[in-house]
Amino acid sequence: MLQISHISKTFFKGTQNEKKALIDLSLTLNDGDFCTVIGGNGAGKSTLLNSISGAYIPDSGKILIDGKDVTHMREYKRAKYIGRVFQDPMKGTASGMQLEENLILAARRGESRRLRWAFGKGDHEKFRDMLARLDLGLENRLETRIGLLSGGQRQAVTLLMATLKKPEILLLDEPTAALDPKTAEKVLKLTDEIVHEQHLTTLMITHNMRDALRFGNRLIMMNSGRIIADYTPEEKKELTIDMLLKKFEETSDAISDRLMLGN
Amino acid sequence: MFDLAVSTIAQGLMWSILSLGVFLSFRVLDVPDMTCEGSFPLGGAIAATLITMDVSPWTAILAGAFGGIIAGTVTGILYTKLKIPAILAGILTMIALYSINLHIMGKANISLLRTDTVFTLTQKLFGVGQGAAAFLLPAVLVIVLVLAIYWFFGTELGMCIRATGFNVQMMRAQGVNTDTMIIVGLFISNALIGLCGAVVAQNNGFADVGMGIGTIVIGLASVIIGEVILGVSSFKESLIAVILGSVLYRIVIAVVLFMGMPPNDLKLFTAVLVMIALAMPMIKENLNLGKAE
Repeated sequence: MLQISHISKTFFKGTQNEKKALIDLSLTLNDGDFCTVIGGNGAGKSTLLNSISGAYIPDSGKILIDGKDVTHMREYKRAKYIGRVFQDPMKGTASGMQLEENLILAARRGESRRLRWAFGKGDHEKFRDMLARLDLGLENRLETRIGLLSGGQRQAVTLLMATLKKPEILLLDEPTAALDPKTAEKVLKLTDEIVHEQHLTTLMITHNMRDALRFGNRLIMMNSGRIIADYTPEEKKELTIDMLLKKFEETSDAISDRLMLGN
Repeated sequence: MFDLAVSTIAQGLMWSILSLGVFLSFRVLDVPDMTCEGSFPLGGAIAATLITMDVSPWTAILAGAFGGIIAGTVTGILYTKLKIPAILAGILTMIALYSINLHIMGKANISLLRTDTVFTLTQKLFGVGQGAAAFLLPAVLVIVLVLAIYWFFGTELGMCIRATGFNVQMMRAQGVNTDTMIIVGLFISNALIGLCGAVVAQNNGFADVGMGIGTIVIGLASVIIGEVILGVSSFKESLIAVILGSVLYRIVIAVVLFMGMPPNDLKLFTAVLVMIALAMPMIKENLNLGKAE
């Protein structure tokens, strides 16, 4: 469960470039909620995710994960609660290391790292089975350097890494923005499968309204650092792209050119 | 001729310990650490001073490595905690060490010609000649160190240090204190460099406050030559490439000296060698562009 209450974040405070990225924002996700986030550029979507992950510390307000106050906890310390997938496929993996080395690093997320040989008995077989499930032909490439894989393969591996050790919260920052449509679809389907299977509390930013509607049980729309619409699971079922567009026109100054209708 | 070949390879093996240190900072951690030019003479200074105080030459080597640990930790803290750019952090430590090394030795140069060193001890211990000892000792040392490094970077902790070098953001997301990883990585790197300084001083028969000049380029030359010859691949192969590169570098130096290059031009030669190796990708690209037109 994720509780965010009244957080604000301002960048470059007191200068001409002052930017209010988040303004008195509150949001509660219940266990197993899969919430998609839409909004134009500069709406504060990424700042919201980065505040939860600890990359930014909000100026005020509180963030609770499973009742524990993590507002001021260092990024690497709260990582034990959080699985993350970044927009850039390069950011989620160590490119010069082997596929299975990346997986073993993720398998110990949030644990203290000791002076013992990283691979244990059965790890290779375990990883091979997991990769076979992705259906990307990776199960026989355990020793391949990640840098040699395609963007889609890397993103699928990052997703696997984020959920290898069950996180309390899964944060996905436009995980498919850099992928071709076919690969993007595969990664999204996989995300949906894993989220349901592990009953993960998930927050996913997307620029694609169709995806925002297709996936998850909740949807929030952001504009200028605020949540301007928060649809409950019941409301979301009835939601259409036209309704979302209308809502945008009502509240935002202009629709961002990066918002895609999908088809 | 055979003796010359053996002693050239021996020199390569001995200096490969320094190259391993440079490899760890520049390649594994991706931190351009200049501390090397201070931690190398620091190792030599500590070892030489201790030996003149009748401390065992073996202990003196460990003490040299320990000096490197402190130097690397200082640079690591300057870089990660005080956010000083890596190059500058290393240069600051290196410059500070110049004075510190003078303080340790009490003068600019300490001779070890009339005392026992690890090399003379090896001669006595195994009843071998000077040349054989100068080869055996570095060879055994390098094998032990490479195995230790390979083991360490395959442990949970070591793997996190390697991954931090590739992707800091990812490692924070995996719950790893990346500042600590960089500091530990730098102290291991400089421990090797300090240890190498302690061995080289005993091999040369003296420690000199200026013995660190150009060591960073020697280390880089070895690392790059190894990469060019063997290609960049797994960590295990990279370690072997560093050793091979270091030996090859010494052979190249021996050949050009044999062909009559004045020894004073050695550093110029090394710098140009590294320059060419670093510029290789650019040169190749330009050549290909030229062909396309």
